[in-house]
Amino acid sequence: MFKWNIISDSFPQLIAAIPLTLQLTFLSLLLGLVLAVGIALMRQSASRLLQWPAIAFVDVFRSTPLLVQFFLIYYGSGQFRPELQSAGLWTFFREPWFCAIFTLMLNTGAYTSEIIRGGIQSVAHGQIEAGRACGMSTITIYRRIIFPQAIRQALPAYGNEIILMVKSSSLASTITILEITGIAKKIIAATFEPLSVFIVAGGIYLFINFLVVIGVQMLEIRLSPQLHRDRRSVFTSIGAFLRPPAGPGPRT
Amino acid sequence: MDLSLLAWGDSGWGDEMFWSGALMTIAIATCSFLLGIVFAVAAAAAKLSGNILYSSIANVYTTVMRGVPELLIIYLVFFGAGQVLRNVAVLFGYTEYFDLPVFVTGMVCIGASSGAYSTEVIRGAVLAVPKGQLEAAKAIGMRKGMMLWRILVPQAARFALPGLGNVWQVTLKETALISVIGLADVMRKAAEGAGSTKEPFTFYLTAAVIFYLITKVSGRGFIFAEGWANKGVRRA
Repeated sequence: MFKWNIISDSFPQLIAAIPLTLQLTFLSLLLGLVLAVGIALMRQSASRLLQWPAIAFVDVFRSTPLLVQFFLIYYGSGQFRPELQSAGLWTFFREPWFCAIFTLMLNTGAYTSEIIRGGIQSVAHGQIEAGRACGMSTITIYRRIIFPQAIRQALPAYGNEIILMVKSSSLASTITILEITGIAKKIIAATFEPLSVFIVAGGIYLFINFLVVIGVQMLEIRLSPQLHRDRRSVFTSIGAFLRPPAGPGPRT
Repeated sequence: MDLSLLAWGDSGWGDEMFWSGALMTIAIATCSFLLGIVFAVAAAAAKLSGNILYSSIANVYTTVMRGVPELLIIYLVFFGAGQVLRNVAVLFGYTEYFDLPVFVTGMVCIGASSGAYSTEVIRGAVLAVPKGQLEAAKAIGMRKGMMLWRILVPQAARFALPGLGNVWQVTLKETALISVIGLADVMRKAAEGAGSTKEPFTFYLTAAVIFYLITKVSGRGFIFAEGWANKGVRRA
């Protein structure tokens, strides 16, 4: 049930899968962040024509399981193969890697846009009015007043989002991608030693997420040192990992 | 896209998707959510107990569940617990191969994950009950059980409701994962339909629509429940 030789055999294979998991997670996080800023700005705009598609996009992606989104994009695109071929897009959609990044990007984009919107709305109204009174343009107001504060406000929630994305990247294994979970499943199927493999794979995920928590916390301290005068140590980070704030749960 | 594939009855997949599949999804989501609350109450109590042993066990539980993908946990329990039970069965002279019932496996996995997220909600709700009320209850001589049932639980439940509504939505969407081990839910029916008709987009879009509808309707339900629970609360 618990075999050291399985653990030591699967360890290098699972370690080798870490880069793919990280690539799926962070590439889609980066693209998703760009998308999310766009969506959040669309929602903030005064034009209904811009607001509406943003609201619909966020609503649809937050109300359906990530697994459905994965299958809809990867398997579903096959139904439109001739159309996609003539548009020259089939080379992308036949690649599971592209579909995984694309799906994760859209999904995290929808969730992150809400985080950013919350951050933007937390900026006090008077500051924006003051900026306008000084003759700042809208872009300058966003760059100098809104974004610097919104980022600080949104950072803890975004840290949570990063962890959820590390977990969500495991769903890429359902569309044939061999990242950590995909490799783990393969080894389990070959050796019938699920517990040993799970300990290694689960340990890797926990370790990645632990590093994410510490990284986000260090960034938080760097961005708003005035809130962290009581020099935080790594041990408080561990505490924060053990007892995170109640937030939204995982994605599936 | 051929929508006649979604006809009701033997000629289409409408009843499989919108009726039996949807019912299975609602059933597994409800059972997992409720099991999750049981786990969460236990874990929240352990975290609040002040006992180092209990609270560390609860911390390990929530940390692992929040840090490890649910899919991996489903694979572990489905393959792992099956293996253990088969070994136990051999001891009793039963040597045939069998798998765990997918409904129970899925319920335990998603319930455990859902419970980890509910734990923080419930812990927060318990801490939100003003201490003075518990002291007052003690002062008028209530026993512990009575304090729990008359003072703590009714208020903590009300405070926890919005957070639990969030967890419910997450749990509902997570149940889609159980289809990978073969539970006959909306996702599974969609995969079967997609496989036999070569129209995957039609079927997965239908699955998305069903999940969307369940999410929206149950979201309304939670808003209604919040209104009901808060009707005696004074608003400023």
